[in-house]
Amino acid sequence: MDFSQTYFELFGLPQSYALDRNRLDTAYRELQNTVHPDRFAAQPEADQRVAMQWATQVNEAYQTLRHSVSRGVYLLKLQGIDAFDAANTKMAPAFLMRQIEWREALDDARSEKRIDALDALSDDLRAEHRRIEAHLAELIDHAHDFEMACEAVRQLRFMDKLIAEAGDVYEELES
Amino acid sequence: MALLQISEPGLSTAPHQHRLAVGIDLGTTNSLVATVRSGLSVVLDDETGHSLLPSVVRYHPDCRVDVGYSAQSAQNSDPHNTIASVKRFMGRGITDIEDISSLPYRFIDAPGMVQLKTVAGVKSPVEVSAEILRALRGRAEAALGGELVGAVITVPAYFDDAQRQATKDAAQLAGLNVLRLLNEPTAAAIAYGLDNASEGVYAVYDLGGGTFDISILRLSKGVFEVLSTHGDTALGGDDFDQRIFCWMLEQGRFAPLSAGDARLLLTKARDAKEALTEHPDVRVTVVLSTGEMMDATLTQAAFNAMTASLVNKTLIPIRKALRDAGLAAHEIKGVVMVGGSTRTPCVRQAVADFFKQTPLTNLDPDKVVALGAAMQADVLAGNRADDDWLLLDVIPLSLGLETMGGLTEKVIPRNTTIPTARAQDFTTFKDGQTAMSVHVLQGERELASDCRSLARFDLRGIPPMVAGAARIRVTFQVDADGLLSVSAREQSRGIEASVQVKPSYGLSDDEVTRMLKDAFTHAKDDMYARALNEQIVDAQGLIAAIRAAMSEDAALLDAGETEAIEASIAGLEKLIAGPDHQAIKRGIEALNAATTQFAQRRMDQNVRKAMAGQKLETFN
Repeated sequence: MDFSQTYFELFGLPQSYALDRNRLDTAYRELQNTVHPDRFAAQPEADQRVAMQWATQVNEAYQTLRHSVSRGVYLLKLQGIDAFDAANTKMAPAFLMRQIEWREALDDARSEKRIDALDALSDDLRAEHRRIEAHLAELIDHAHDFEMACEAVRQLRFMDKLIAEAGDVYEELES
Repeated sequence: MALLQISEPGLSTAPHQHRLAVGIDLGTTNSLVATVRSGLSVVLDDETGHSLLPSVVRYHPDCRVDVGYSAQSAQNSDPHNTIASVKRFMGRGITDIEDISSLPYRFIDAPGMVQLKTVAGVKSPVEVSAEILRALRGRAEAALGGELVGAVITVPAYFDDAQRQATKDAAQLAGLNVLRLLNEPTAAAIAYGLDNASEGVYAVYDLGGGTFDISILRLSKGVFEVLSTHGDTALGGDDFDQRIFCWMLEQGRFAPLSAGDARLLLTKARDAKEALTEHPDVRVTVVLSTGEMMDATLTQAAFNAMTASLVNKTLIPIRKALRDAGLAAHEIKGVVMVGGSTRTPCVRQAVADFFKQTPLTNLDPDKVVALGAAMQADVLAGNRADDDWLLLDVIPLSLGLETMGGLTEKVIPRNTTIPTARAQDFTTFKDGQTAMSVHVLQGERELASDCRSLARFDLRGIPPMVAGAARIRVTFQVDADGLLSVSAREQSRGIEASVQVKPSYGLSDDEVTRMLKDAFTHAKDDMYARALNEQIVDAQGLIAAIRAAMSEDAALLDAGETEAIEASIAGLEKLIAGPDHQAIKRGIEALNAATTQFAQRRMDQNVRKAMAGQKLETFN
């Protein structure tokens, strides 16, 4: 296994934030079909061990590229940049304001037990998520503005957390 | 009768021989064994034509053991020594078992896992399960006419590490080589043959005797990818019986029950439940050993009302699983029903209402898991070449560590595809701290005390530094069976500590050895001859596989490397001729070590080939 290979090289994909999800999925399945321990269950232990290392690495690579935040973090890391560096926590005030508003909307939907309000909020959150993703692709792939990209990655992580919290409220209201 | 296989003259039989492998559904209420014969998965019956083996084990004072129907029929007369639903105790402590007071067994509080006191001595749930597995192994070997290469054993998808490890220990105790622990819903998905017919996202709703699982799978080009799984390992048909049991107590106004009468009522409760799947009402008549009696009619409507909360309890994990998969109910293409309890009409109705579609029930819900496990065993044993499929499964519960203040730090989140590994760095809390206690946890809760404790171990010899300066990297590795091992390494000096996550709840190696000895004495088997024979077969298989690889990929080795492997093979061949099974085992390990680099190069070559094909495809 060549550990100097990037995850993009592993799957035969171009190194970019914009992702052809179909190609990633197909390459992932093809690779797992080749390296998965189930393919070596009747083989010597040395083969089984190598298979487990490979399958572990392929899973890690797939999960990293598949998710919008981890893919951004990984691309920045390839540039030698830590997106969550404690010294760099800059965040646009307008985005922070909206965070507060969304959180209030979430609290209201919860206390008033309004699924319709929660649905509307979830649509907003997902739309914003998509918008930041598109922006991030522009910053990394074209503008090469990695400092702004770090901020966008941090925003995306905020959005992921909010979406997860909205999910918790759904669960609470539905049960 | 099993037919003997004869090879063509001049051809070695080894690589193409059909290897006997089975799938075992080790259920709470019933267990089954299945195998693939002439390409078809079939459940193996006992000599009287029964396919189900009741998961009931009875111990006699002379150490004789009954398993199955004969044990089941003694449940009322010998309740203390006749263990049913032992699966509920696997990997569980005494405080984990909810309705412990209503069970007739004599529990012993042992560290990690409860034990049961019987006339034949104290038994671990692992030993009781091993008796069931041994009975199934005997059935399979009699039917197939040979020794098994291995078995796939199914576990509820929501089983934690302790429950999985206990299951694997039981198989080892029963003399089975475990090819894989397979999640029950995933096994069912294979059996449904969803691979050929369908593409898309499916849900598997698996309500067994004592456990509930829901799995969401995506099927695409022969790959079964589990997107998420959820469940409840203490919810099943037994609980439905318990509701009827309580109703009977109300109706009968009985004095406190003896263990035998309690058992009798539970048996009657189950009969009533089963009758209600086909009839709108059932008349329940019971006469206790005290002469007290009850006689009343239970309607389906009353039954539905008393079990509605149980049915609703299964909907919560479904919502969680859908959410973890990022899907809505209407995106599910089909819902597969698994487990005897899905015969209950109100369960089917609730699932149909939730997913707004009629669930799939065309395969026998009692057999579907074993059938799928057998198909997977056939693949893993190497009996299928081209037309096979691949399973990508997940861990059901997050794995993590206890940090300062008794909090849980998740290292691997739930629903991560296995095998997987994750490393996380921790640091010291005090100046000059030279040791660190690592507490491994499984569960979703924030407080460590609310999660399951899997293991504790200490890393010593950390160089004294100011607080926060040391870097200790803890690595979690979960294998394809879903079993965890953890290692910790101090980064500056490379001090290492690691554990197979087993000791705090499972059985120590000494205990396993003791139980194995007991089992063999009991079976009047020659343990030593058996061990020697197994090692010789393993060694011969290994040498044959490596020779085949060397002739196939000679180009990957230089002359010196070829010579070194040949020398290692020659060494092992010499050991095979001798009487020492331990020495053969070491020889096998040495040969595996000597060929690891070769295995890596072969894999690199496979990957290059696979990805080259991939690139061509994307160009076309």
